[in-house]
Amino acid sequence: MSEPRKAVALISGGLDSLLAARVVMEQGVHVEGINFFTGFCVEGHTHAIRKKDRARPKRNNALWVAEQLGIKLHIIDIIEEYKQVVINPVHGYGANLNPCLDCKIFMINKAREWIDANGFDFIITGEVIGQRPMSQRRDTMPVVARDSGAGDRLVRPLCARKLPPTLPEQEGWLDRDRLHDFNGRSRKPQMALARQFGFEEYAQPAGGCCFLTDEQYSVKLADLWETRGKREYDLDDIMLLKVGRHLRPRPHFKLIIGREEGENRFMEGYRKRFVYLLPLSHTGPLVLLDGEADSDDLELAARLTARFSHGRDAERVTVEVTGKDGAARTLEVAPLPATEIPAEWYL
Amino acid sequence: MSTETVDARHLLCPLPVIRTQDTLARLASGDSVRVLCTDPGAIHDIPAWCRVHGHEVCDIAEQDGEIVITVRVGDT
Repeated sequence: MSEPRKAVALISGGLDSLLAARVVMEQGVHVEGINFFTGFCVEGHTHAIRKKDRARPKRNNALWVAEQLGIKLHIIDIIEEYKQVVINPVHGYGANLNPCLDCKIFMINKAREWIDANGFDFIITGEVIGQRPMSQRRDTMPVVARDSGAGDRLVRPLCARKLPPTLPEQEGWLDRDRLHDFNGRSRKPQMALARQFGFEEYAQPAGGCCFLTDEQYSVKLADLWETRGKREYDLDDIMLLKVGRHLRPRPHFKLIIGREEGENRFMEGYRKRFVYLLPLSHTGPLVLLDGEADSDDLELAARLTARFSHGRDAERVTVEVTGKDGAARTLEVAPLPATEIPAEWYL
Repeated sequence: MSTETVDARHLLCPLPVIRTQDTLARLASGDSVRVLCTDPGAIHDIPAWCRVHGHEVCDIAEQDGEIVITVRVGDT
């Protein structure tokens, strides 16, 4: 008996990739999963940071999907390589700083490299024609296949019958008649197929899994690039954009203000990288100062720190200011009234 | 049989899983890895990753906010 053909499925943790993998497994193909970590993934991070979210189940949905399917899942760190996609997307951005088409091309290209290195035959995605406005359109799907280098080794089992036959179909590794012809934004066909397979529980269908699709997050990333004068970031930068209130009272510095205990604890790990402020006379947030600040700026930062502390209604609040060299001093300040905080300071 | 230590403290998931995965890829069946982490998500994610890859979680210990997960490499 010949060895079964082998495919790798891009597993996001959502319903579509779960179903796509299962449809191919039904045809006797050996399937393993691959999941890419860009640093912008919503998965897990905010749950891990924020105390109020700590009671929620901390499930990695991609791993959960792999367990449901009984397949291996390879999680690949692409943080460094992914920067070129975010900073300079050939096909541009979507509604926010989401480079969805370039992202899809990049990930399928990485999957293509992976199957070549590991002796697999083809790639599976859960894409559906018309499901997403940028990367899952009839006219962009061939672009993804071509520019990723995957060509006819890229199979979209949920909408394959709406597309030209791929290599696995031509070679008889997959029966085209047992693939699907879903299209459009309706989720009903996927939900019906999930019921057919006995999947009663799955992650939010078609839910956003990337912070770059979030308007507020994109505003903060754009601000980071603009104020630094260059479009660069590191992992710490993009992690910190996920936590705290971000206020830019002056062009040359911004404050990241912890909103609760979990965020404060997470931000403590960054104290050596930033000047930071902490109320001493009242409970309150840890505040990181990103940028350069003179004595007037530090006074303003301390008044804002006081404003977001439990001393907001007190006449004076004692705030400790610690430099990057670890030297600390205290300031006695009046909390800045809410009326003196312009809306445009909030990022 | 060797034992390696992965320091994944202050990393958020899935990075502790990725560090564990990359270390296990270099080891032989029966070897062990001690993963040090601080993200409570790792308590769920590393065992889940081990289950799908056929590795065994021997122990999970938690003290003062630090978690130590001991994994024995399986035959896969």
